[in-house]
Amino acid sequence: MFLIIAVSVLVFLVIFQIAKASEYVAVLKGEKKSQRQDNKINGFLMVVFLVLGLIGVWYCNEIYFGKTLMAHDAASVEGARVDSMLMVTVGVTGIVFIGTQILLFWFAYKYQETDNRKPYFFAHSTKLELIWTIIPAIVLTVLVTIGLRNWFLFTGEPPQNAMVVEITGKQFGWIFRYPGKDATFGKKYFKNIDNASNTLGIIWDDQLSHDDLVLEQTMYLVKGKPVKLVIGSRDVIHDVGLVHFRMKMDAVPGIPTTLWFTPKYTTKEMKEITGNPNFAYEISCDQMCGNGHYSMKGVIEVLDQEEYDAKMVGIKPYYYTAFPDKDPSMAKPADSLKLAAKPVEAASKVIAKM
Amino acid sequence: MSNEAVLHAHATTEVHHDAHGDHHGEHHHHETFITKYVFSQDHKMIAKQFLITGMVWAVLGGLMSVLFRLQLGYPDSTFPWLEDILGKWAAGGKITPEAYYALVTTHGTVLVFFVLTAGLSGTFANFLIPLQVGARDMASPFMNMLSYWFFFAAGIVMLSSLFVETGPFSGGWTAYPPLSALGDASPGSKTGMDLWLISMALFVVSSLLGGLNYIATVLNMRTKGMSMTRLPLTIWALFFTAILGVLSFPVLFSGFILLIFDRNFGTSFYLSDIFINGVGALPNEGGSAILYQHLFWFLGHPEVYIILLPAMGMVSEILSVNSRKPIFGYMAMVGSLFAIAILAFLVWAHHMFVTGLNPFLGSIFVLLTLLIAVPSAIKVFNWLTTLWRGSIRFTPAMLFAIGFVSLFISGGLTGIWLGNSALDIHLHDTYFVVAHFHIVMGVASMFGMFAGIYHWFPKMYGKQLNNTLGYIHFWATIAGAYLIFWPMHYQGLAGMPRRYYDFSAWESFNQFGDLNRFISTVAMVVFAVQILFLFNFFHSIFKGRKLTNPNPWESNTLEWTTPINPGHGNWVGEIPEVHRWAYDYAKDGKEFIPQTTPVGADESQH
Repeated sequence: MFLIIAVSVLVFLVIFQIAKASEYVAVLKGEKKSQRQDNKINGFLMVVFLVLGLIGVWYCNEIYFGKTLMAHDAASVEGARVDSMLMVTVGVTGIVFIGTQILLFWFAYKYQETDNRKPYFFAHSTKLELIWTIIPAIVLTVLVTIGLRNWFLFTGEPPQNAMVVEITGKQFGWIFRYPGKDATFGKKYFKNIDNASNTLGIIWDDQLSHDDLVLEQTMYLVKGKPVKLVIGSRDVIHDVGLVHFRMKMDAVPGIPTTLWFTPKYTTKEMKEITGNPNFAYEISCDQMCGNGHYSMKGVIEVLDQEEYDAKMVGIKPYYYTAFPDKDPSMAKPADSLKLAAKPVEAASKVIAKM
Repeated sequence: MSNEAVLHAHATTEVHHDAHGDHHGEHHHHETFITKYVFSQDHKMIAKQFLITGMVWAVLGGLMSVLFRLQLGYPDSTFPWLEDILGKWAAGGKITPEAYYALVTTHGTVLVFFVLTAGLSGTFANFLIPLQVGARDMASPFMNMLSYWFFFAAGIVMLSSLFVETGPFSGGWTAYPPLSALGDASPGSKTGMDLWLISMALFVVSSLLGGLNYIATVLNMRTKGMSMTRLPLTIWALFFTAILGVLSFPVLFSGFILLIFDRNFGTSFYLSDIFINGVGALPNEGGSAILYQHLFWFLGHPEVYIILLPAMGMVSEILSVNSRKPIFGYMAMVGSLFAIAILAFLVWAHHMFVTGLNPFLGSIFVLLTLLIAVPSAIKVFNWLTTLWRGSIRFTPAMLFAIGFVSLFISGGLTGIWLGNSALDIHLHDTYFVVAHFHIVMGVASMFGMFAGIYHWFPKMYGKQLNNTLGYIHFWATIAGAYLIFWPMHYQGLAGMPRRYYDFSAWESFNQFGDLNRFISTVAMVVFAVQILFLFNFFHSIFKGRKLTNPNPWESNTLEWTTPINPGHGNWVGEIPEVHRWAYDYAKDGKEFIPQTTPVGADESQH
């Protein structure tokens, strides 16, 4: 550490002495002459920077493109549209980028001051200004049109056959809820939340809640079946980030949001496509939510319909976790008296809290 | 005459009203050290105060970024010396997540508000407006002084928040509630957040006092002949900047007031349906966390232009002076500044595309956002045309101005990606955004600021900066800036979220270890180069070569008609009269024609 500081200070001093010396030399040589020399050097560096910069842009793409998501297919049908829109935008902005940067650094080099250069008094040209008002306006109209068509598709209603999953963020993890056989979620109220047996604050009085499934860590989806996520948060704002599906939506306490997409590949297929045996559809929290923000991970597993059905059959409704004695598979005849009493007691608790 | 009157208020020895003009700037004030350097009411001194305070904050803010880049670049290493300076925040030589988030948050707040708002427009609006419009001082020098001292106080409060036991605020510079409202959700939201809010409130006051003054001065105190359309573009830019600030900072302030109520007085403006682990369900119901975001971004987006417009104005001026050619399309430049200033108020929700915003409303914001690309394109092409067939002098200021244009193009183009909501869904809050705003707002405006400092340093101190150090500073910084931020676009395209302390647990984001190390290393080198610049700056104030030519850049604007070391009042004798616009370079075979030169009989029109 001290070595690094010592070396930096030394380098500083050397640079400073050289700079100071060059100042004295400039005075001796004459202001004008040394200015010309500086001009030449910097003009030359402009071209060097341009060339090295463009090579750098190419090289950066060469080594890092393969590590981005664009290197392989989007994992959702809608995500593919994001990718194609992205490529169009890269094309348009890329051309402008290269064109204007070349003009900028080339002009700087070409029109550097020399002994016989006469600057050209050119203050105004309505024609030119109209050209570079109208052309960008037209190009942008095209980009906006593509963008808004996708935007309305993504934010519009999902197809009729879409399944619905509720996802709730909390510091620092995700809770998933499936509506069960009745395809409808039971109501919930945040004051019922209890970390031991009711992480979402479900109102058990609502019969619709009794077949709801609640999972943590992993969400299961079906390949080819559109899914609508109903997003909420228990505490602060989180964000459901689904990079492989190219989707993202905030989880806001008190205001449910939604997002939908159609998974295109199962997790297993994605492992082959990406060539990564550890591949997982990770849910990343994309909105600063506290000190554990960076570790707020969930996983989506996309399965075939049969695999999915088999998986879901094995999961018990959350109601039975809250009230193990109501679980038919656990019920014993001797307990029937107790059984009758318990739900009433639980229900009254709910009402009291409300 | 109003500017004369201002000075008269301080003049005690004035007797002969008609003769006063000859004495300005000579013996009006009996200045003590306190009134000259501390509680000064001279706009030039206040500008220097803003600049140097901004520099202190830039070093602190930059140092913070070096520290958190250390964590990102070397997540597995420990640095025992970190524990020596940060104590429990780097127990065992590794920055804790709390400290990491506090550093990121403070870095953002400090750079955006203290450096690029106060340090940039505070410095140059104060310095240039009276000098370039031809006024003896600001409309209210006293308010101007208050503006600086409120800023100073804001800085002290922010600094003190670094030392409280629960740490400074750590919820990101945007301070979204509920995270920022609930101390139980994050330790940084306890005392640290109270101090953060107090600091920002003081800052808003400072910014309003300054802004009102700038507007009043530009509108009322222009010298004879200085019509609005003869103003240099710097003044136009600073004028629009001040208007943006005056109209949007109060909205931010209102957002903060509601936040203070939610934090301390049990209201529910932003809070609803919240259960905090270890605390239980909170009583608040019916608030909207999104309301804060609307209030915040109603300032937050104009803020981007508050940062960028002064840089644009100075770059326009410097490009023209050093190309020895008029700025191309002066009226179009003013028009595009105006268009940007208007649109700045109409695009705030593009920061909120993924908050569950009404999709139709979202589509309007897409349209208005991408519309900004049109005036931006006009500016870029006009700058390019200004260079075309010029006779370019590569002063360090000119280099930074050219660098600004390059960075503005690079960062502006990625704005077209992010402003298009369907793409933003994918790129929002990833490193792509980090790359975008650092290039277009952070580094580009920093370049505008450097350009301004190199260009007006001789006017500020009557000395010259060392050119060689300036060249080294420029080339190292522009190369470094691109090396740091260009590859971040690729991290963004990989979906890497911003504000992550550690990526190693993520299968999707852990492939950039080498790149992170590279970026961190370059960041440290670039930071060191800025220290070199500061050394040049302070050394030259005292030991720099004395200026011998009052107009070293052969420029047309009024500030160069003042003495080399102007006193309070700027001009000795009458304020000069203006006869033409500021950009008569290379006209009729003359190299340059200062604004004070009367129009000759045989002069061609334009």
